[in-house]
Amino acid sequence: MLTKKILVSAISALSLTLASNAVFALSAEEQKGLDISVEAKKRDLGWQDSTADMLMLLRNQQGQESIREIKMKSLEVDNDGDKSLTIFNKPRDVKGTAFLSFSHPVDADDQWLFLPALKRVKRISSRNKSGPFMGSEFAFEDLSSFEVEKYSYKYLGVEEVNGLTNFKVEQYPVDENSGYTRRIVWLDTLEYRIHKIDFYDRKDSLLKTLTFSDYKQYLAKHWRADSQEMINHQNGKSTELKWSNYNFKTGLSDSDFNRNSLKRAR
Amino acid sequence: MHLSLSKELGKRLPNSMKSSVLMMAVGASLLLSNPLCANDVASDVEFEASGNIAIEQRYFFDEALYPEQLSHSQTSLSVEPELYWQWNDGSDSVIFTPFYRLDSHDNNRTHGDIRELAYIHASDDWELRVGIRKEFWGVTEFQHLVDVINQTDGVEDFDGEDKLGQQMINLSVVNDWGIVDVFLLPGFRERTYAGSEGRLRGPLVVDENNVSYESSAGQKHLDLAVRWAHSVGDFDLGAYWFHGTNREAYLSPFAQSSEQLSLQQYYSQMDQLGVDVQATLGDWLWKFEGIHRSTTLEDFWATQAGFEYSFVGVFDSNLDLGLLMEHSWDSRGEVALGAQGSLMQNDLFVGARLAFNDMQSSELLMGLGSDLDHNAFSFMIEASRRFGDNFIASFDVRLLQSNDENDLLYTLSNDDHAQLSLAWYF
Repeated sequence: MLTKKILVSAISALSLTLASNAVFALSAEEQKGLDISVEAKKRDLGWQDSTADMLMLLRNQQGQESIREIKMKSLEVDNDGDKSLTIFNKPRDVKGTAFLSFSHPVDADDQWLFLPALKRVKRISSRNKSGPFMGSEFAFEDLSSFEVEKYSYKYLGVEEVNGLTNFKVEQYPVDENSGYTRRIVWLDTLEYRIHKIDFYDRKDSLLKTLTFSDYKQYLAKHWRADSQEMINHQNGKSTELKWSNYNFKTGLSDSDFNRNSLKRAR
Repeated sequence: MHLSLSKELGKRLPNSMKSSVLMMAVGASLLLSNPLCANDVASDVEFEASGNIAIEQRYFFDEALYPEQLSHSQTSLSVEPELYWQWNDGSDSVIFTPFYRLDSHDNNRTHGDIRELAYIHASDDWELRVGIRKEFWGVTEFQHLVDVINQTDGVEDFDGEDKLGQQMINLSVVNDWGIVDVFLLPGFRERTYAGSEGRLRGPLVVDENNVSYESSAGQKHLDLAVRWAHSVGDFDLGAYWFHGTNREAYLSPFAQSSEQLSLQQYYSQMDQLGVDVQATLGDWLWKFEGIHRSTTLEDFWATQAGFEYSFVGVFDSNLDLGLLMEHSWDSRGEVALGAQGSLMQNDLFVGARLAFNDMQSSELLMGLGSDLDHNAFSFMIEASRRFGDNFIASFDVRLLQSNDENDLLYTLSNDDHAQLSLAWYF
């Protein structure tokens, strides 16, 4: 989780094919919605591993700001969800805190937290998907890697966003612990990059809108947005994510994602 | 969160070491408080400095029970900078964390320590850690039974979670079947105990100059530990064997003069086997810790077991509520005050943790401990919140009651207190 790469993870082309064939009796809209999501996932496969720095700017209604500074390391895993290591640098009181996650497409993720003051590694429950991440407007589930199996789909048509033609796809979370009834996602027809997501709460009212901007392409394949802004329509707060120092295929391996690496993460 | 009623405790560092630790701590803090950001020391060496300075005010509701003790108010100031260097892309690193506390009344609480001064080399499937470090083991919250490597810094807080740095050579090897850690621990640290002016102590002060050891090597005994830890699906497992100096001293009354009694410390050798298990099943965390300790004076078993259950988004809000319950058991059973044994021989703990998940990371913890063999209880509240980007304010209340004169809690029953602290992180 916590991976911003909504379109990123580690499913082989084989399991993608399985996923799209195993589900039968889909309506034409459902099939098209699924096909678009499978294609989006497929186009981003093969990134292997990545590192990036994330700056989180939290704003309340009065315009007060608070900063979170975070470093991310991720590993693509064949036939399973990503592994990720999240290292906190700011606020200063949580500096050195690190979070290790083995995500799974359907099963609950495995998650450990390292608390530097006690030098304690704590296995934590991954049930809390809907809760806020670090007091921001991002829920934990908003930051986890996108896996095709996490949703069912419905194609809603084509709309123009940011001057580009976009597919408009509705996604229904499979996990009953999700804080949403549905999400509406806009992906451009050219590169299958997400430009906008509307989130609907459990009462099916519009809760939040996430917009992506400043896309850059890495290794002539993988698109990442430098900036993401989440606006909460119900409480007036917003959170901006700014990404920098993206690196791919840096040579990370399983040994960079265990208890020992969690304890010395910087 | 931790409510352990660990026996109170004390031994200061030698004065020379104390003042040098103070100078290092203060010096480093001053040095760091200006250019707080990381900067390069050499071309490929990365340097980072951080830490905190905190002021703490305690207020005891009742007059002291024993004549030398401070009456109501206790103020203290602490500094803990952390200096960190890494090179070879983080494969090699050095960490230095001195600590110093200045206390308004308790001379034993005015103390310094090197929490960490260690070199770490990390390879793909092994790590070597050499120097002074802190190593935590365990899964439960109200008592840390299996945690045995570091000595408790007993003057720091009532909960026993603060630890003194331990000298060690630690090799950690990662295998498919778990991580194996081997520890060589040269040099033993004596526990710190409240001084005569300090509160949160029994009627007799622990004499820091009257210490004896079972081993003829005394403080220089080389201790050993081997631990295996592994995660299998929803289960996190750990098991270890420790051979060396018992971290808990046997305390016995000693007459310094016809009028003055104090407690002398005796550190035995021990062999300890420990096991810790956590099952993470949805909203439930099931926890178990068990030890078997064998010394020349006694053999016993002890366990700490319980659960934590989380409610996410209670009251249709962002609040998370965690409920905890744990039970402590010790095969030695109830013991008279002053005899060897555990305070937690048959005790039940319940707690609640409320996380507000707001911008200020506001949190509230509550815990109640109760002895099931006689009428004694302890109660605590801990509330904390961030102010601005760099300050954390905390407010704690602790209440300790017992109607049994044989209970350590009885001797502390005038020590109910509230504590306010403000820490600046840099």
